[in-house]
Amino acid sequence: MSLDRTSHLKRLENESIQIIREVAAEFSNPVMLYSIGKDSSVMLHLAMKAFYPSKPPFPLMHIDTTWKFREMIQFRDDTAKQLGIDLIVHSNTDGIRDNINPFDHGSFYTHTMKTDALKQALDKYGFDAAFGGARRDEEKSRAKERVFSFRSSSHGWDPKNQRPELWHLYNARVAKGESIRAFPLSNWTELDIWQYILAEDIPIVPLYFAAPRPVVERDGLLIMADDERLPLNPGETPQPRMVRFRTLGCYPLTAAIESDATTLPEIVSEMLIARTSERSGRLIDKDESASMEKKKREGYF
Amino acid sequence: MAQLDLTNVASGADSDAAREAIVDYIATQEHKGLLRFLTCGSVDDGKSTLIGRLLYDAKLIFEDQLSTLKSDSLRHGTDGENIDFALLVDGLEAEREQGITIDVAYRFFTTERRKFIVADTPGHEQYTRNMATGASTADLAVLLVDARNGIATQTRRHSFIASLLGIRNVVLAINKIDLVDYSEERFEEIRAEYEQFAASFEFDTLTAIPMSARFGDNVSSISERTPWYKGPSLIEHLETVEIGDTSRERPFRMAVQWVNRPNLDFRGYSGTLASGSVKPGDEVVVAASGITSKVDRIVTMNGDLSQAVAGDAVTLTLADNIDISRGDLLASAANRPEVSDQFAAHLIWMTEAPLLPGRPYLLKCGAKTVNATVTDLKHRIDINTFEHLAAKKLDLNEVAFCNLALSEPIAFDPYEANHDTGSFILIDRRTNATVAAGLIWFGLRRATNIHWQALDVDKAARSHLKGQKPAVLWFTGLSGSGKSTLANAVERKLLALGNHTYLLDGDNVRHGLNKDLGFTDADRVENIRRVGETARLFVDAGLIVLVSFISPFRSERRMARELVEDGEFLEVFVDTPLEECKKRDPKGLYKKAEAGEIKNFTGIDSPYEVPENAEIRVDTTEGAPDVVADRIIAELKARGIVT
Ligand SMILES: Nc1nc2c(ncn2[C@@H]2O[C@H](COP(=O)(O)OP(=O)(O)O)[C@@H](O)[C@H]2O)c(=O)[nH]1
Repeated sequence: MSLDRTSHLKRLENESIQIIREVAAEFSNPVMLYSIGKDSSVMLHLAMKAFYPSKPPFPLMHIDTTWKFREMIQFRDDTAKQLGIDLIVHSNTDGIRDNINPFDHGSFYTHTMKTDALKQALDKYGFDAAFGGARRDEEKSRAKERVFSFRSSSHGWDPKNQRPELWHLYNARVAKGESIRAFPLSNWTELDIWQYILAEDIPIVPLYFAAPRPVVERDGLLIMADDERLPLNPGETPQPRMVRFRTLGCYPLTAAIESDATTLPEIVSEMLIARTSERSGRLIDKDESASMEKKKREGYF
Repeated sequence: MAQLDLTNVASGADSDAAREAIVDYIATQEHKGLLRFLTCGSVDDGKSTLIGRLLYDAKLIFEDQLSTLKSDSLRHGTDGENIDFALLVDGLEAEREQGITIDVAYRFFTTERRKFIVADTPGHEQYTRNMATGASTADLAVLLVDARNGIATQTRRHSFIASLLGIRNVVLAINKIDLVDYSEERFEEIRAEYEQFAASFEFDTLTAIPMSARFGDNVSSISERTPWYKGPSLIEHLETVEIGDTSRERPFRMAVQWVNRPNLDFRGYSGTLASGSVKPGDEVVVAASGITSKVDRIVTMNGDLSQAVAGDAVTLTLADNIDISRGDLLASAANRPEVSDQFAAHLIWMTEAPLLPGRPYLLKCGAKTVNATVTDLKHRIDINTFEHLAAKKLDLNEVAFCNLALSEPIAFDPYEANHDTGSFILIDRRTNATVAAGLIWFGLRRATNIHWQALDVDKAARSHLKGQKPAVLWFTGLSGSGKSTLANAVERKLLALGNHTYLLDGDNVRHGLNKDLGFTDADRVENIRRVGETARLFVDAGLIVLVSFISPFRSERRMARELVEDGEFLEVFVDTPLEECKKRDPKGLYKKAEAGEIKNFTGIDSPYEVPENAEIRVDTTEGAPDVVADRIIAELKARGIVT
């Protein structure tokens, strides 16, 4: 299937490519944060298009909390190899040493293994721009996010001090130590992402498709026992259920949904009739609706 | 709102029919167009409520968001038991606490026919900046007014900004129609008032819709409570309105964003077509250097294209190996952009620290960044009254018309012709903040690198020899008020007294020095500027200069005044009543203007701003020109200009 010239997907693609090229041209050391999810897959695909026949002039970086689904890691390594792109994998070694884990440490885990790990990696490599696959439609506080989101030298995000963005002109000036997060998918919706994956035949992690997987049910949420590290309550044994994931993260924190959708059209149809929005599968968002904004101020992506 | 009905699909997502339905649906979705619009209105006109409702009607509010919304409504809501849709869209914590929207937020929804991106911009006085930001990428503006209050100052301001940024399609959403009993009369009254006032903005479409955002009347379907209203609902209009996008028909332009060099055998130029179309074999020019070549290939990952059109992000290769780098503008060789290191532009100032002429900023236009200074702040525009005012600096949210000088020539088009190649931002070199948005009007090809030469013989020496103090006598007044007659009489008397003079007459100057200028506002300003500069040179020569010019605007007269030293500028207000001028009508101009044959005629359909502190005021109905001229001479003696 090739995209119609006038379609909204083509317009979104064009816009994203312009943004990706602009970052590559203006910054001295950009990186693409690659979370292995469907949005990252689309973003990477757009980067391949933006520079063809060259390779994207920046590496991919994955912040590995060490609790990702095994299939994600496999997919990540295969993808980088197949596309011939440099892949940086960074984990917070202090956190690993202290055995910080999602079961005992709750939000401290997220902070240490994601937020801190990301800041460490950005500082270590001196990246002055980092692409992220966030979309404005994901969540209220994202609706006002800029395409070039300015971050202080401590990676802080000040909602009052963001630069106005007019036309397709992005101000890419940063002082030493400061950086930006660039969001080329800002104007995409979840539906756009799926339609584009379908139209462009973009590979995604198989976890998005329904398959029998070993899960336990806790507080109405289905958690997959992806490896033997998942502590089981007395009497609890993982049962095979036909499930898939709407969003991917750390397996103990990402709930599966029961589904028979084994093809992209089925996934899209499920999505269209979904009565629960995407992020509710992610346990970190269970607190207040403005919690994302707080996390961003602290430097969470 | 039209959405795929999936209630049946839900139960049997695995049946073939259902799958087919989905595939079909996705196919139609792909061919949908995209409309970007912005919503604006005063605080509490119901913008947020309207957007919340659009999203709600588009079924984009999933259940868990809805329950967050319900609990949020209890906490912050202004709407009692009902769901307050506004809370759905007011994003950041701080502003939720204050109950106001303070930044541009982008929302997304889709109907069967189009995908929509909504820029939600706040109505607060100080947020011109945000609205301009939202407007810069919008195809259409929805202006909300509260039916009880009618057209407000903000409505005027928002219309002005929308028009300045080139929005050609406007919806006037007359909201809270429920609170005026769904009154047709009230609706018509507001519509008529708006149409009259907006006539000068030349919008392509202007659609007024009676609406209740809160109760949904005429939002996504026609309301039974306004049976008198025969137009479309808001959604219907947004789905079908034709946006006159002519970008493909205009000349080819593409800024080179990135030079693509995977190996020694391939050299491509990556960028997005700002306008026009291009095919292999087309002759293109690197605008700034004037070097031409032919397009060889249009490269994309999905294969080479036989043609690229406005909006496409592509990589071009050329037949010749020529020097091109990031920031260069590739253009149709037959239809080239302007290239200049000076241009006139509108600036919207976006930061707390004021703009100061002469201070260097970075200017980013397309993919090019250069140094720039504002050399001349011609006038500020009061965005509520659209009046032109003199200004020495520009503060946050102010709009001005300026000349800018750049460190090197760049290629551009007027904003009117091309939003992408005619727009720029200014960046503060120290803080890196984006301080202004700019819209280019025209290039200025003035002599560059000509500096003032220091001279041994100066103004004092020249005027001493002539036994007088140099001065400008600026005669202002309506056409037919007697300015020229009077200036003539004064000059004759000065000559008789042994003084050295020169008379600059408006009409005469237009035959020579200013014969390239018309009567647009910009030309009027330039006209005055040139006359002011000429008067300044004559003052420097030690002369007494008499200028006879209608010069209806205070800002322009102030500009002329500021060109010379304090005490050298004497404004002579020839205060003859309009009725008397019409009666005299020496050139028959009033008759023509009243018949509509002359447009923008001062006193008829263009204002005359009465001087507030003229040094000299005379009324020519009070005596013969000779008598009045004597009064002026007496005044000059009193001020020590002549002896
Ligand atoms: N009666 C009535 N009230 C409305 C309507 N639209 C908005 N409101 C109310 O007006 C108030 C301000 O609305 P809001 O959407 O926050 O305005 P904004 O400042 O323009 O975003 C809220 O209390 C709304 O419930 C309407 O069409 N009819």
